[in-house]
Amino acid sequence: MSSIAFLGAVELGLIYALVSLGVYLSFRVLDFPDLTVDGSFPLGAAVTAVLLISDINPWVATAAGVLAGAAAGFVTAFVSVRFGVLNLLASILTMIALFSVNLRIMGRPNVALLNEDTVLTPYLGGAMPDEYARPLFLLAVVIAATALVALFLRSEIGLAMRATGANARMARAQGVRTGAQIILGVMVSNGLVGLAGSLFAQTSGFADVTSGVGTIVVGLAAVIIGETLVPGRRLVWALVGCIIGAVLYRLAVQAALSLDFLGFEPSDLNLATALLVLVALILPKIRQRVRGRASA
Amino acid sequence: MIEVDNIVVTFNAGTPLERQALRGVSLRLEEGEFVSVIGSNGAGKSTLLGAIAGDVLPSSGRVLLSDADVTRVSAQKRARYVARVFQDPLAGSCGNLSIAENLALAASRGRGRSFLPALRHSRLSSIRARIEELNLKLEDRLDQPMGSLSGGQRQALSLVMATLAPSSILLLDEHTAALDPRNAEFVLDLTRDLAARFNLTVLMVTHSMRHALDTGSRTVMLHEGRILLDVTGEKRAGLTIEDLLDEFRKARGEELAEDRLLTA
Repeated sequence: MSSIAFLGAVELGLIYALVSLGVYLSFRVLDFPDLTVDGSFPLGAAVTAVLLISDINPWVATAAGVLAGAAAGFVTAFVSVRFGVLNLLASILTMIALFSVNLRIMGRPNVALLNEDTVLTPYLGGAMPDEYARPLFLLAVVIAATALVALFLRSEIGLAMRATGANARMARAQGVRTGAQIILGVMVSNGLVGLAGSLFAQTSGFADVTSGVGTIVVGLAAVIIGETLVPGRRLVWALVGCIIGAVLYRLAVQAALSLDFLGFEPSDLNLATALLVLVALILPKIRQRVRGRASA
Repeated sequence: MIEVDNIVVTFNAGTPLERQALRGVSLRLEEGEFVSVIGSNGAGKSTLLGAIAGDVLPSSGRVLLSDADVTRVSAQKRARYVARVFQDPLAGSCGNLSIAENLALAASRGRGRSFLPALRHSRLSSIRARIEELNLKLEDRLDQPMGSLSGGQRQALSLVMATLAPSSILLLDEHTAALDPRNAEFVLDLTRDLAARFNLTVLMVTHSMRHALDTGSRTVMLHEGRILLDVTGEKRAGLTIEDLLDEFRKARGEELAEDRLLTA
């Protein structure tokens, strides 16, 4: 793997680190399997791209991408909480709807961002080569986002959210409005994913309506890799694990693709990811069974 | 203060499985009163607690807590007035949150929650002080997960959690039933202490007639959704478990199957 390919994989990994933080919030903290992210990732990209080609300030365009993602999360969680639609199904409905919404926002399947100012522009073309500057900028964003999520989860409201996911009946008995907590958590989760989509558009120079396919599986893979490699109960380590997981995932993908003799095509990626997540989901159960047999 | 006024609770209304769990129950607990509730399985004890806590909505009648009509108020909002301890030690706390986090969660029960750190120093020291009182040596294990504790320890901490935030009503749903006798006695002693110390209005559902007579100042017996017996003062002081069983047989005019009530 060349150093350019390596840095490119790190860059993409850092973008998906934001996705994995979002997936950690919905899947792990709230126990809310949320597929909305497959739609909110390209939504964040679409909103930011359209605003950028209208010469809106890049930071404003990025913030709009985050808010759009959060709004998508709100729709999913509200439908699920308020009308009792199964959470998984509610998120699939939003995801499907977002495909049309994203096409409407962009007016076409793909928007190119040639020579548009982005949030990265001030840091590019300087003394430091762009291929280093981009991941460094993203690393700063990821560290800031992780710190905010960690502080949030340790706050009174964040604690109430963790209790909502862990033991909803107990949370209600403690006066926690569990429905509101689910809505807030899924909004924050999709806001992070919207940010990832927005930064993806700005670093890769385009927004594409299909760029969200498989986002959830990649996010989940990152969470699972992180949990395997970074054990320990501390919340901060779980979040750091998400980031490491996302970067390692992209590096592994890059490595597999660059080894020609393996015969992998980029189009095999979804199959490989699905298998990886499947193995990670099944392994603990097999381990349990083996252990059970050993002690029997 | 707790008041239930002629409440009726019907499960599966309008279906062949329709069952009236409470058939017009009225009960008033004054401030600081400790009432134990007994009755056979299906008598409506847990339903009564559920109706007071807000888990179960009555089809008619009213529920008042601290003089406020809460008949249509959700369980989350009633948590401002009401603290609860469940039968299952696992139900009242989060096993994967730390001891300190569980207590911090309870410390803001029924109040607004902020973005301030949940385990800020001032709160942590008051939590530690309350845990030290238990003499269970848990004060040095505050950052360990609640799930690492025994049932008795979790139930004791659930009681502490119930008395961290200022509320005057405590609902106990057979909170010693899942414990061994020694732990049950410990938790029951703690219950009496805390109830007296915080002048709580307590409604304690129990399967044990002895606990019902030993604890609190008044005993209510439920049967098939109605109040069968409501004794206090001297009349209650002279009551034995055998008397309770007699009362039960007399009022119902039928032999009571021994296995339906625990006489221990």
